Amino acid sequence: MKKISGWGNYPLVDSEINRFDTERELVKLLASESKTIARGNARSYGDSALAHNVISSLSHNRMLYFDTEKGILKCESGVLFNDILDVIVPKGWFLPVTPGTKFITVGGAIASDVHGKNHHGEGSFSNYLDEFEIACADGSIKICSPSNEQELYQATCGGMGLTGVILNATFRLKKIESAYISQKQIKAKNLDEIVELFDEYKSATYSMAWIDCLKGGNAFGRSILICGEHASFEELSTNQKKAPLNLKPKKKLNVPFNFPAIALNPFSIKAFNALYYAKNYKKVMEGVIPYEPFFYPLDAINNWNRMYGKNGFVQYQFVLPKEGGKEGLVKILKKIRSKGMGSFLAVLKAFGEQNDLIAFPMEGLTLALDFPVRKGLFEFLNELDVIVLEYGGRIYLTKDARMDGQTLAQSYPNFSKWKAIVEKYNPNFKFASTQSDRLNITS
Amino acid sequence: MNDKKVLILGATSDVGKALAQVYAEQHFQLVLAARNVKDLEPIKSDFEIRNEAKVEIAEFEATDYSSHPAFIDKVGTPDICICVFGYLGDQTEAENNWDEAKSIMSINYIGAASILEEVAKKMTDKKTGTIVGISSVAGERGRQSNYFYGSSKAGFTAYLSGLRNRLFHKGIHVLTVKPGFIDTKMTAGMDLPKPLTASPLQVAKAIAKAARKKKNTIYVLSMWRLIMYIIKTIPEGIFKKLKL
Ligand SMILES: Cc1cc2nc3c(=O)[nH]c(=O)nc-3n(C[C@H](O)[C@H](O)[C@H](O)COP(=O)(O)OP(=O)(O)OC[C@H]3O[C@@H](n4cnc5c(N)ncnc54)[C@H](O)[C@@H]3O)c2cc1C
Ligand SMILES: NC(=O)c1ccc[n+]([C@@H]2O[C@H](COP(=O)([O-])OP(=O)(O)OC[C@H]3O[C@@H](n4cnc5c(N)ncnc54)[C@H](OP(=O)(O)O)[C@@H]3O)[C@@H](O)[C@H]2O)c1
Repeated sequence: MKKISGWGNYPLVDSEINRFDTERELVKLLASESKTIARGNARSYGDSALAHNVISSLSHNRMLYFDTEKGILKCESGVLFNDILDVIVPKGWFLPVTPGTKFITVGGAIASDVHGKNHHGEGSFSNYLDEFEIACADGSIKICSPSNEQELYQATCGGMGLTGVILNATFRLKKIESAYISQKQIKAKNLDEIVELFDEYKSATYSMAWIDCLKGGNAFGRSILICGEHASFEELSTNQKKAPLNLKPKKKLNVPFNFPAIALNPFSIKAFNALYYAKNYKKVMEGVIPYEPFFYPLDAINNWNRMYGKNGFVQYQFVLPKEGGKEGLVKILKKIRSKGMGSFLAVLKAFGEQNDLIAFPMEGLTLALDFPVRKGLFEFLNELDVIVLEYGGRIYLTKDARMDGQTLAQSYPNFSKWKAIVEKYNPNFKFASTQSDRLNITS
Repeated sequence: MNDKKVLILGATSDVGKALAQVYAEQHFQLVLAARNVKDLEPIKSDFEIRNEAKVEIAEFEATDYSSHPAFIDKVGTPDICICVFGYLGDQTEAENNWDEAKSIMSINYIGAASILEEVAKKMTDKKTGTIVGISSVAGERGRQSNYFYGSSKAGFTAYLSGLRNRLFHKGIHVLTVKPGFIDTKMTAGMDLPKPLTASPLQVAKAIAKAARKKKNTIYVLSMWRLIMYIIKTIPEGIFKKLKL
């Protein structure tokens, strides 16, 4: 037994961690009585990969097939995006979709159906998924694709591990000419301007914005839009051209221990934001930078999650539909400001259309904010939930540690259809997480 | 690419996989052998994709002694042969069921000696090579908690020192590895003291280095040398009363 948590260090659960190397070992683990849930690299923030018994995929991490001509990769579910990038980038390929950290597993990418900065044009990870194999509650192994075992396939993409343990997956990669991104940063004075900018730059392959949640008045919602394209060979500097597909390894910073939560009062957040803005003194800044700081700025600091102190934090990520969403966003941002519940990091992004069974994205705006866990927080977030529901939005399960089952059922239109499929393949709730119990999916 | 070839016997073990990684990074050609070839397939593809390594896989059953000559003919003479496989078994089970006792002894000692004799012959013909045997500190003194395993490893350790003595004159080097605790499948679920427990990768790196430097015996974590010295010097009259 060991205390484990997600990335937010909240909640903590006493858990027995079981690993498996081979399919045979997994099937053996599944034969035992205990309820369990798959766990990848625990980069989900809340309690979706938590239970008193978890099955870690991290030893099941072999790459099985790489077609360097067509850009198709097959690997076991415990392989990290980080390892994939090390292999594919030098060969001129990139991940079709990547979240803001490369320390996630392929299994986690499917189970959360992750999105990246290209969602508005290119959709989520499952769009590039040709096939996966999954071990179900009865120990049977099924091969799923958009045309085979269709309902199991659909319920698994974004299904938070509740249909079984994904063993391996085959997916398509994206061709690149260089390991660099040509980036454009554009300052937005306020919320209206950033929302317009997202529209203006909707043809950009990658885009997202940092938003200052604390500023009021004229500068309410001031932000920086960051857009990017994979740089062509021609765009590179002479130096970059020498090895266009190879980046030099960088040293990482470490957060060695849990910061006292006090370090994160609104002052430090203000200071952080001021610093961030000072760097962007011009309205538009352009440059060609390595892909790592573009996609994974936070990965440069190991264990940055410890900055929130030992009580941990939750990330609140919601999406509001395009129609009326901006109004809802204003309401929520104002509420955050008035309570001084400011978030260290706030990321704003525009999603494109997506109509999958249980996926989080929908066309509209999504905002992700971090909140250190403290008294009054959960009551406050419940108030935010009401606004999200009122505007027809929903909350991202892979970030969630506290919403209630009713909110979930109301906000995901296919919830009952999805739940019925989960119950078919996971009839006795062999697979159940702290989250799925809390949300009354498996309890 | 290096034209040197390393043969890993028991390549599905955690230490075997770590060794394959270390040697793949040094651009060795890998010959991975294990009793379940199917388990080797993903390991092979992984090293091919990640390290662009040249990898062969082969079926190897330690207790199928008569198959050993053909096995080594098939895979060819390696530059380095590492005997990694082993079986801890269940001591209590072995006390009650001779088959279990026999398995422990035949895998760890007879199986290992049988295959290494064949490897030694081939290397003698080539007048070059390195043989590495992973034995155990458990072989240094029999204890009630694992004396079947311990005695089989003791036999293996003695075998390796004899082999080293014999092959020294033929230009072939033999390395004995006596790891203390290693965090692997073999010890999964045991509550091992952290400072005395090595990771498979730590063990693999230590082995590759010691093989290169032609060391005779290594312990991986140096604390173990001291611990075993103390354990070996306890007088038998006292030792027999201990619960070890
Ligand atoms: C800094 C940071 C930035 C992030 N940015 C984004 C972002 O931009 N977009 C985005 O979409 N997400 C983002 N995330 C969230 C992250 O991408 C997801 O939570 C992802 O699922 C984590 O993968 P993991 O391997 O760590 O899985 P875990 O956190 O271990 O598990 C997450 C879920 O996947 C399930 N699961 C894991 N492995 C398997 C398997 N083999 N079979 C079945 N189910 C499995 C678990 O049961 C659990 O429900 C971010 C996270 C961090 C820390
Ligand atoms: N772990 C420790 O604390 C520790 C300490 C000291 C010494 N050692 C020694 O270090 C070596 C590696 O150990 P490990 O912990 O990595 O072990 P492990 O992961 O348990 O692997 C044992 C290996 O031996 C193979 N094997 C077992 N019986 C076999 C047979 N009859 N024929 C062929 N192969 C057989 C297994 O094959 P399958 O995969 O097919 O089962 C597996 O590859 C062993 O010699 C062990 O005795 C270990």
